[in-house]
Amino acid sequence: MQTNTFSINRMRRRVIVNQVFKYIFIFSMSLALLALALLIYRILNQGLGSLNIDFLRQFPAPYPEKAGLFAGIMGSLYLMFLIAPISITIGVSTALYLEEYAAKNKFTRFIQINVQNLAGVPSIVFGLLGLTFFVYLFSLGYTLIAGALTMSLLILPVIVVASQEAIRAVPEDIRAASIAMGATKWQTIWRIVLPASIPGILTGSILALSRAIGETAPLIIVGAAAAIYTIPDSLTSKYTAMPIQIYNWTTRPQEEWQYLAGAGIIVLLIILLLMNSIAIWIRNKFQSRY
Amino acid sequence: MDTQQEQNYSVQEMINQKKSNKSIFNTTEKIVPLFLLLCAIISVLTTIGILFTLLRESVTFFSDVSLAEFYLGTQWSPWSGKFGVFPLIAGTLLVTAIATCVALPIGIASAIYLSEYASTRSRKVIKPILEILAGIPTVVYGFFALTFVTPILQGIFPDLKIFNALSAGIVVGIMITPMIASLSEDAMNAVPNRLREGALALGATKLEVTWKVIIPAALSGIVASIVLAVSRALGETMIVTIAAGATPNLTFNPMESIQTLTAFIVQGATGDTSYGSTIYFSIYAVGITLFIFTFAMNLFAQYISRRFREDY
Repeated sequence: MQTNTFSINRMRRRVIVNQVFKYIFIFSMSLALLALALLIYRILNQGLGSLNIDFLRQFPAPYPEKAGLFAGIMGSLYLMFLIAPISITIGVSTALYLEEYAAKNKFTRFIQINVQNLAGVPSIVFGLLGLTFFVYLFSLGYTLIAGALTMSLLILPVIVVASQEAIRAVPEDIRAASIAMGATKWQTIWRIVLPASIPGILTGSILALSRAIGETAPLIIVGAAAAIYTIPDSLTSKYTAMPIQIYNWTTRPQEEWQYLAGAGIIVLLIILLLMNSIAIWIRNKFQSRY
Repeated sequence: MDTQQEQNYSVQEMINQKKSNKSIFNTTEKIVPLFLLLCAIISVLTTIGILFTLLRESVTFFSDVSLAEFYLGTQWSPWSGKFGVFPLIAGTLLVTAIATCVALPIGIASAIYLSEYASTRSRKVIKPILEILAGIPTVVYGFFALTFVTPILQGIFPDLKIFNALSAGIVVGIMITPMIASLSEDAMNAVPNRLREGALALGATKLEVTWKVIIPAALSGIVASIVLAVSRALGETMIVTIAAGATPNLTFNPMESIQTLTAFIVQGATGDTSYGSTIYFSIYAVGITLFIFTFAMNLFAQYISRRFREDY
């Protein structure tokens, strides 16, 4: 009798502990969600007041009411148009080589591990790489193309890994079918494998590009400037970018600049949200299952 | 007879044409893999480039400042010729430790809830929302730390400096939380259901299943996610540059203003540092120190997930 009540009590305690911990887990997770909510609330609260058409059209200025994000937006767009073809070409080619052509040997494994390790290198180290090679060694200086090349290398591993996954998901059957119909290896890749894996490749590439748009540290190192009063007109122009402007405004002591930084962040986040939505849309729309 | 000949001729022509086409195919078939290989080598060259850059400039730096002075010195004030990197390392470790204290419990708890308690529907909603946190640019987190978290903390601790390690550390923690949560959740999800059901059938509660079955089975994935997140925190730049300050204090007091390895690289590269000066080369010596830290962490994470993986 006594052991029975003992085990019932024990049972009850175990069930209660289980419930308590469930709520502890929910509570901890809510903290992360709360942080996100506060972050968004804070930024809207700070930035919405300064967000207007003039802010989008004006160049940087010494007075907060005259300053705008136009040079930053255009700089980021130019960067994106340079980064996308460079990094996607190299990234997809690397993935194709690794998945379709490479023999399963030590050299292939080395490239693979190398790509994985590159993905873990802090972005600021890529900035140092760009500073030595592109800015000084290739004497490109603090120019748009030096920034674009640095950022392309930064997001390269992300694109390689995403493309590899997309290419791997194309089933062996349709490759074999194509070869059996007399197509050569490259014809099969170009006409069968690539079209089938394009949605995955695009999704990964857009996500990688949105990372490049938000990156600040490497651009600071390779010399994106804050006070830029023109739009880049060649590859060797000086340039700025949205995160650089935001960083610059954030570090100024007067409160008015903080509002501008908030407004800039809203624009940046909207652009990132758009890019991510497009990526998700592509994934859902074109994802074909075999 | 005439038609016969004509036909013969056209067949011959077709064969010839086919042959010439084939040689075009053959060249493409040979050139394309070469081109792809060249592209694949770019990623290797990038790594070599990083190592070359860091080593070459550091070697120049260490011809001015001895290794012992750099790694054993306790004063960092490059503009007055004091190059002891220890304060920067201490600052980096302090911020990373605070970030880990924030991210570890929240990240693991979120992963457990999402993987073991939440319904499929709420998991599908909550996980992407958490991952939004991972996609927010770090300059935005820096803004958040400086203009929101610091003032709130100053309300609680009046001695807190405007630039301090605490605020930066907490926000870095928020940034790496989704990394731990998402990767750990993947690891827990990969534990097969029959283990869960077996334990439940023996009368274990969900918490006991999680604690005694799921976490041990997914441990390699969980630890790897934590190590990767810590490595991310070590290399984080913008949050600490904006919110933690630029005063290389040798302190483990989170209320103080500090400087991290990454923040110094930004300061050194943007200030009026001339190319070829000792300060310029010191950026690379600091960079290679940071690189060694994060590289070791990444290798460690890969080792754990390979060595201790439980396959079911």
